[in-house]
Amino acid sequence: MLEDKDRIFTNLYGLDDWGLEGAKRRGSWRGTKELLDQGRDWLTNEVKASGLRGRGGAGFSTGLKWSFMPKQSDGRPHYLVVNADESEPGTCKDREILRHDPHHLVEGCLIAGRAMDAHHAYIYVRGEFMRERERLEAAVQQAYDARLIGKNNIHGWDFDIIVHHGAGAYICGEETALLESLEGKKGQPRLKPPFPAGMGLYGCPTTVNNVESIAVVPEILRRGASWFAGLGRENNTGTKLFCVSGHVNNPATFEEEMGTPFDVLIEKHCGGIRGGWDNLLAVIPGGSSVPCVPGEKIRSAYMDFDGLREVGSSLGTAAVIVMDKSTDIIKAIWRLSAFYKHESCGQCTPCREGTGWMMRVMDRMVRGEAQKREIDMLFEVTKQVEGHTICALGDAAAWPIQGLIRNFRHVIEERIDAYTYKATSDGAVPSVAAE
Amino acid sequence: MAQIKVDGELIEVPDHFTLMQAAEAAGAEIPRFCYHERLSVAGNCRMCLVEVKGGPPKPQASCAIGVKDLRPGPNGEPPEMFTNTPMVKKAREGVMEFLLINHPLDCPICDQGGECDLQDQAMAYGVDSSRFWENKRAVENKHVGPLVKTIMNRCIHCTRCVRFTTEVAGVSELGLIGRGEDAEITSYLERAMTSELQGNVIDLCPVGALTSKPYAFQARPWELSKTESIDVMDAVGSNIRVDARGREVMRILPRVHEGVNEEWISDKTRFVWDGLRTQRLDRPYVKKGKKLQAATWNEAFSAIAAKVKKSDPTKVGAIAGDLAGVEEMFALKALLASLGSSNIDARPAGSALDPRKGRASYIFNPTIAGIEQADAILIVGTNPRREAALVNARIRKAWRAGNVEIGLIGEHADLTYDYAHLGAGIDTLAELAAGKGAFAKTLKDAKRPIVIVGEGAVTGASGKDVLALAAEIAEKNGALSDEWNGFAVLHTAAARVGALDIGFVPGKGGLDTAGMLKASGKGDLDVLFLLGADEIDFSAIGENTTVIYVGTHGDAGAHKADIILPAAAYTEKSATYVNTEGRTQMTSRAVFAPGEAKEDWAILRALSGVLGVTLPYDSLTALRAALYAEFPHLARLDGIAAGRPADVVRLARDAAPKKSYALVSPVTDFYLTNPIARASAVMAECSQLMAGLKQAAE
Repeated sequence: MLEDKDRIFTNLYGLDDWGLEGAKRRGSWRGTKELLDQGRDWLTNEVKASGLRGRGGAGFSTGLKWSFMPKQSDGRPHYLVVNADESEPGTCKDREILRHDPHHLVEGCLIAGRAMDAHHAYIYVRGEFMRERERLEAAVQQAYDARLIGKNNIHGWDFDIIVHHGAGAYICGEETALLESLEGKKGQPRLKPPFPAGMGLYGCPTTVNNVESIAVVPEILRRGASWFAGLGRENNTGTKLFCVSGHVNNPATFEEEMGTPFDVLIEKHCGGIRGGWDNLLAVIPGGSSVPCVPGEKIRSAYMDFDGLREVGSSLGTAAVIVMDKSTDIIKAIWRLSAFYKHESCGQCTPCREGTGWMMRVMDRMVRGEAQKREIDMLFEVTKQVEGHTICALGDAAAWPIQGLIRNFRHVIEERIDAYTYKATSDGAVPSVAAE
Repeated sequence: MAQIKVDGELIEVPDHFTLMQAAEAAGAEIPRFCYHERLSVAGNCRMCLVEVKGGPPKPQASCAIGVKDLRPGPNGEPPEMFTNTPMVKKAREGVMEFLLINHPLDCPICDQGGECDLQDQAMAYGVDSSRFWENKRAVENKHVGPLVKTIMNRCIHCTRCVRFTTEVAGVSELGLIGRGEDAEITSYLERAMTSELQGNVIDLCPVGALTSKPYAFQARPWELSKTESIDVMDAVGSNIRVDARGREVMRILPRVHEGVNEEWISDKTRFVWDGLRTQRLDRPYVKKGKKLQAATWNEAFSAIAAKVKKSDPTKVGAIAGDLAGVEEMFALKALLASLGSSNIDARPAGSALDPRKGRASYIFNPTIAGIEQADAILIVGTNPRREAALVNARIRKAWRAGNVEIGLIGEHADLTYDYAHLGAGIDTLAELAAGKGAFAKTLKDAKRPIVIVGEGAVTGASGKDVLALAAEIAEKNGALSDEWNGFAVLHTAAARVGALDIGFVPGKGGLDTAGMLKASGKGDLDVLFLLGADEIDFSAIGENTTVIYVGTHGDAGAHKADIILPAAAYTEKSATYVNTEGRTQMTSRAVFAPGEAKEDWAILRALSGVLGVTLPYDSLTALRAALYAEFPHLARLDGIAAGRPADVVRLARDAAPKKSYALVSPVTDFYLTNPIARASAVMAECSQLMAGLKQAAE
């Protein structure tokens, strides 16, 4: 359980002033110069020591990622790119940072930039985030005006922040697609290798970080890596913004310690499950792209990277989607399939062709208009997509369906049975798929 | 060198190799659709997935991962890749299934059938039935011009066509719009493609989405007889394959020749074949009164004999055209010599090129492949995009690789790469030769500069001056050393270099083209042989001149002719052509000439008998033996007899042009440069489209 003193985002709900003054009052921009003066290696090592894992979904160590940047520039500039293209269904954490606590991010950019010898940061804001972008731009301007950033600023590290407004494609949240989009090209993921740390934005060494990963850095450094490492469980340290949506009494975005059990999280912040714990059907614990977990399995699960892996899912962006027993789980997953079909960039074959196929089979399964053997076929198709694509969107499209089949196969079968019993000649069930 | 184990076999490959190249080096076959070695790597078809040890634990696209990207094992063992494991097999079958679910099963009516990558690979990686019960995707066909037909249902989104047009052809006319399943290849607002290399997307398309429009539903690949030959549409000498059925050429495809055309050909080369069927001269004609009337060979020959015997040898002349092979020009030269005339010329436009000045003075010395090594290129009075599309593509390739600065003197045009436009006229050339201007310094600093002089630039009043100035620029800037000869003449006609090689130019006291035309106008020329020459000023020919046209098409020359002898086109004979770089190449007979038409050399040999000056060869082999005895370098097929840089140095002099005028390309219409192209309906349509687009743009 997180105590108030350990909170990083103290204006998450916008009750206080979002601007520079309010942010300074809450502790931002304090001692930033001293932190920067510690030098690049100290900053990186401190972040490494804090155990901060990337908050964008993959959970890769942020400090380690920074250390991949070339130690010595070969003449090319280094770039920091902040991924504020928060488009994962269910996720609304970066949005709160952008509109209510933007100075955490601005300060974080400066520090992260120093830690990777970058003098430029690009913040790629999701296309739909109009107001958030305006707020962020205003905050950046405030920082420029106060000479906190910019040329010859008071921190002694020339630093420019460019806020770029995307056009609203989910795939542009993938780091290399984001770089393509930032360069003005079509947002399609690049092949890796080369990785961005070697050849990223405009062919220069680049690190792409999530908004939250960058925004927590100043506080971590001010309070010390051990403070952050002391929170949460081993290997899953610190605090995290959770966004709980769906069938809870009070859906909310809040900051909580990593590794808090699911039931505690829900009871403390969301007023419990709608209709009580017995009414819980399933939870998608990390944004739309992770497999769902049945209610009975998730209740005592630890809400962190490793804890959720034990129940066959993953923390993702910590966007918890709660579904009670009134939910048509097949239709819910179908909706996600439709989303991925719509957002597939069309570059590589398995995802381009597979997402549509999966969605259409799901479409029939929602009605029960399918054969039971098609469940296995669908599972196989998801396996054919997973791991065969350029980026992770293929995996993201496959996992929810795999979670559904693994955990709710009986529901699909019942639906098929129900449809078959009342089948009429005009709604005949397809007999053999091959015919 | 890097070590890697491919399917357990340890091999050593260069560091820059990809896994796919390494696998090929080890003899393991890897299926692919999007990968093409001359285009950038897209890695999007996912067909080339392999399993690796020392990399991520999922299948990897072998086209996109370098051998160096794999990590060695814990004890320093070389990384391993597998191309035949169950994981790989499953991955490929999965991708193949995805490719096929939305691909129509219309192979029986698809022009790609029989030579389709998808069809072939489906045999290896496909399954016999489908699990896809849903409806297939339907995509509207796009109109992209008269050459390329689209059936977009078949598209597998490999983007080869997009990459080709943007990278090689240098026009951004195709692209992928939409995303996911709805992604489509299209041209912008369905505008026709304008590239002169667009036909290559037909070859690149691994499925039947882009096929040849003129060839649509004409033939199946397995019923065609394939003949390897050489193209004569321009002086590049592209290597081609002529596909014929019965007596008709059905299509023309490129062959790989790294030194000449890589594996591309221009649209004129590819689509000209319908011109081989129309407007053909298939029997001899003799003019009786004002009208040409069909005749027998004997009648035609005796008519010629009557004229020739009556006339003074100095009043007999011969002009060889743009498409003539070396053999027939050799025979014609010998025939005229036997008659006692030295009025021969193979430069219908009257260029200043002269074989007596040495071979280096009229060939493309640095070679086409050598363009890639150049660090500065000066283009003088030519539009390479129209005159030699593949030379232009090579310049673009060098430009894309960086490290080359390009300057142009002549008409401003879109050449698909950036260049400094220095000026339009000869005075600019003279200034540059004097070392004035920023580009002079670029040339001075260059280690391997190339000066490309168009044939059009050395034609006309100051042609000699242009040639001299260009040679001077080459000399002053170190382009004429023993290691690097950067003096390059870009010819426009396939016959020209061969003609100059065998000295098909006026002998002592002989008349050149202009001289012959002038003499004819004055009534001083009795007989004029035209060996496929259609590009001369026919209005200058006088009433008293008997014009004997030996050629293939009813074009300008045949219209002016008094006697027509029907000959064989380049697909109908074996003939030697020397391309602009001086490379000797030989065509092969793919089909027989139509009707009573004969091979040119045989016509001239038979005629020589009638004229009583029988040429000393009874077969092509004997003719070639005589030819090779006199010009040994022509016997070396695919060889280039290098010119001596000293010859170009001698050419160089400070020529003060008396009168400056703008240098323009002789080729105003890329699609209609020779009789075959002018007979082609497809080329006519392309030409109109180009003219229409120009109007729309102005």
